[in-house]
Amino acid sequence: MATVSMTVNGKKVSGTVEDRTLLVQFLRENLGLTGTHVGCDTSQCGACVVHVDGKAVKSCTMLAAQASGTTVTTIEGLADGTTLHPVQAAFREHHGLQCGFCTPGMIMTAVDMIERAKKSGTKLDEAAIREGLEGNICRCTGYHNIVKAIHAASMATA
Amino acid sequence: MGVEGIGARVTRKEDQRFITGKGRYTDDFKMAGMHYAAFVRSPHAHATIKKIDRTAAEAMPGVVAIYDGMQLKADGIGNIICGWMVHSKDGSPMKMGAWSALATEKVRYVGDAVVVVIADTQANARNAAEAVEIDYSPLPVVTDAVAALKPGAPQLHTEADGNLIFDWELGDAKATDAALANSAHVTEMDIVNNRLSPNPMEPRAALAYHDEAEDHFTLYTTSQNPHVARLVLSAFYQVAPENKLRVIAPDVGGGFGSKIYIYPEEIVCLWASKKARVPVKWTADRTEAFLTDAHGRDHVSKARMGFDKDGKITGFKVDTIANLGAYMSLFSSSVPTYLYATLLSGQYNIANIHANVRTVYTNTVPVDAYRGAGRPEATFVVERMMETAAREMKMDPAELRRRNFVRSFPHQTPVIMAYDAGDFEATLDSALKQADYAGFPARKAEAAKRGKKRGIGMSCYIEACGIAPSAAVGSLGAGVGLWESAEVRVNPVGTIEIMTGSHSHGQGHETTFAQLIAERFGLPIANVNIVHGDTDKVQFGMGTYGSRSGAVGMSAIVKALDKVEAKAKKIAAHLMEADAGDIVIENGVAKVAGTDKKLDWHMICLAAYTAHNLPAGMEPGLKEGAFYDPTNFTFPAGTYICEVEVDPETGTTEIIQFVAADDFGKIINPMIVEGQVHGGVAQGIGQALMEGVIYNSEGQMLTASYMDYQMPRAGDLPSFTLSTHETLCPGNPLGMKGCGEAGAIGSPPALINALTDAIGHNNLAMPATPQRVWAAINAK
Repeated sequence: MATVSMTVNGKKVSGTVEDRTLLVQFLRENLGLTGTHVGCDTSQCGACVVHVDGKAVKSCTMLAAQASGTTVTTIEGLADGTTLHPVQAAFREHHGLQCGFCTPGMIMTAVDMIERAKKSGTKLDEAAIREGLEGNICRCTGYHNIVKAIHAASMATA
Repeated sequence: MGVEGIGARVTRKEDQRFITGKGRYTDDFKMAGMHYAAFVRSPHAHATIKKIDRTAAEAMPGVVAIYDGMQLKADGIGNIICGWMVHSKDGSPMKMGAWSALATEKVRYVGDAVVVVIADTQANARNAAEAVEIDYSPLPVVTDAVAALKPGAPQLHTEADGNLIFDWELGDAKATDAALANSAHVTEMDIVNNRLSPNPMEPRAALAYHDEAEDHFTLYTTSQNPHVARLVLSAFYQVAPENKLRVIAPDVGGGFGSKIYIYPEEIVCLWASKKARVPVKWTADRTEAFLTDAHGRDHVSKARMGFDKDGKITGFKVDTIANLGAYMSLFSSSVPTYLYATLLSGQYNIANIHANVRTVYTNTVPVDAYRGAGRPEATFVVERMMETAAREMKMDPAELRRRNFVRSFPHQTPVIMAYDAGDFEATLDSALKQADYAGFPARKAEAAKRGKKRGIGMSCYIEACGIAPSAAVGSLGAGVGLWESAEVRVNPVGTIEIMTGSHSHGQGHETTFAQLIAERFGLPIANVNIVHGDTDKVQFGMGTYGSRSGAVGMSAIVKALDKVEAKAKKIAAHLMEADAGDIVIENGVAKVAGTDKKLDWHMICLAAYTAHNLPAGMEPGLKEGAFYDPTNFTFPAGTYICEVEVDPETGTTEIIQFVAADDFGKIINPMIVEGQVHGGVAQGIGQALMEGVIYNSEGQMLTASYMDYQMPRAGDLPSFTLSTHETLCPGNPLGMKGCGEAGAIGSPPALINALTDAIGHNNLAMPATPQRVWAAINAK
């Protein structure tokens, strides 16, 4: 068993978990943060993407113990109170989601993608956005409106 | 239309919870004392079960129960059934082999559930499942449907000699043979439709709870049709009487058909929750999803299409072998028959059609409806044939189609369907224009200069949606009616709840259904709640599949709204001392036409419930229900054009453009309809270029993870160019046709037609992977 403690969505949390517990399991089962989803078992689908110390991470690919001492942001912690993050708002505005299951991972990936582009001073065009979504699978939208939403959000926050 | 009425691009009400991580999917629910189920599955594709030894597993930490199929049987749990009876042409009924939720004597595919372990944590349940020792005696395996029909093939079920489930036909064989014999040109093709795994992003899950005080069960499950699930669980599997079983399908993360059926896991979780006296949860991992979610397609066909000297189709004959897998899934028999052969007339006027379909057992995952269900298979055959015939006859593919279009409606095809309305030329012309079809030769020449092979291909699809008139499907063997129900409950303060039998798992019903209220009464959609997915809250309904929620589900709501409006007008007329015929309700206000008298909507509603001053004899309240049974199928149709560029060095395909021109009839929310087309086209492109379930000779699935089964990703797809043309469906009150499946139906042939045009080689199987494309280029 391992004792883990981290800051999740601005709150200090800790728990005792089996060594093999994944970060996503800790978030979902121990903390009840069920917005982060599990869509596969091979780190391919990206439904479980969260931010660990400001970087997008597939939380099914990290042990809870590895995340001990870090700062984690999940989809539940993205909005500023009742004010949506611009990427969340853009997904709604551009119909970038249907069943909603891949959406949390998509949004967390998109936020990271936009922030990285901003830091490096590059503009996100369609090709770059599509490439940036390499690690996230959506079965509903054909990505068309996800790409549109991310592009719009990147322009709005530029 | 108002800002939120019919035709408005309203953003979705349901999105708020999804974008903030507040969606509630089955696996998100927890119960006090909840335990977890893990299934021990067959590692063999075909074997007899000799012995099950649970000793070691029972001693593992956290284990509370281990059950097998004999216990299931002893408790009277019934076998899994197929609910659509199809008869062979000799009149004999289909040969349904026994399917126990936990296999007893034999296993028939890799993944067949044999034992369930219930333990306190998911990890403990899985650990103990691995410790269950099952002694198998392996049997010979067959995974290919054509091979399964051959003499000497391994036999799956004693009920089905030669693995043949039924040998069925539709249409006039003699007349079709004669027409083909007298044709100026006959095009012949062997066509394979590849096996797919539906892959909704949310894996299937179930959470079952038995309340001992009431002897009552609750099941949270990933279902597209919770009432059908309850009915089947009750009437056929004898898990519990219907009045003692509540089925809740909360937020469901996509379905695409695969969540219509009632699988072994739901049955076992319910049964085990009572037997082990703990709430039982099971959530599939992705590999389990590949191994157990019903697959789609898997047809092998021989087709012959005859033409006269002017390019008019004279006759069309198709012989299809459909792989149904190891067991007959819930609606498996209807997919390669009444949802397939009935669409073989395509958009064309064809006097003679004959289809023969044999369905076959193999040692593979059961096959059932997957987005489009039979109609993609039909469209692929028809549209590959049309394109190939045009090339053989050296005609423009668009012109060949144009010459054969059905132009007057209603049109009775020789294969059951009566097309009610359409304008096939309009969608063809629109697609040709948007794709700049005329400019293609110049683009092809330009690509050739760069050493690339460009191709263009089209597909003119038609499908039958709005499933379906109950008496009609009943006469064809369906075990259920396919109407839909609705209840409109107006509250005393004027807000509205709509209970619908439809189920949303991504389609946006909470928004589009509410738009009907905005259209009708001018009330904001924020004042409307759409309630679905809970058998305790909603009256019996049939659920969502077959692009039916608009054409059938919303029609039921319209019927209920008619009744609500009529009563509200009577109350308003009474209160304003006017004639009900003079009352107009708009923008949330009832007015007496031609006067300045008016009454707010909520005052009418309040009056209905205070009942202090109602017209004589009127019952209090404002709540109406309706059941809507469609009079015909609906017929969405359109033209898809795809342009590709192939790199002959590597065989890789780039989609340059994808144009979709659809006729869906009346559209409630264009934004949502476009989203449905995007997703459908993406799945069709997936089928054409990358997806395919592959088994080895031992029946092991080689594509049971996202490392091996190639799902379309953002970088594989282009942005799509869409347009719609509206001809109203005369069969339902709003004129809707349905849009959920069109993309997946129309796109694969457009893509393969484009690819074969690019490489100048017509023999190219789906998925057209770079390896296959490269091989085809170099086979010449």
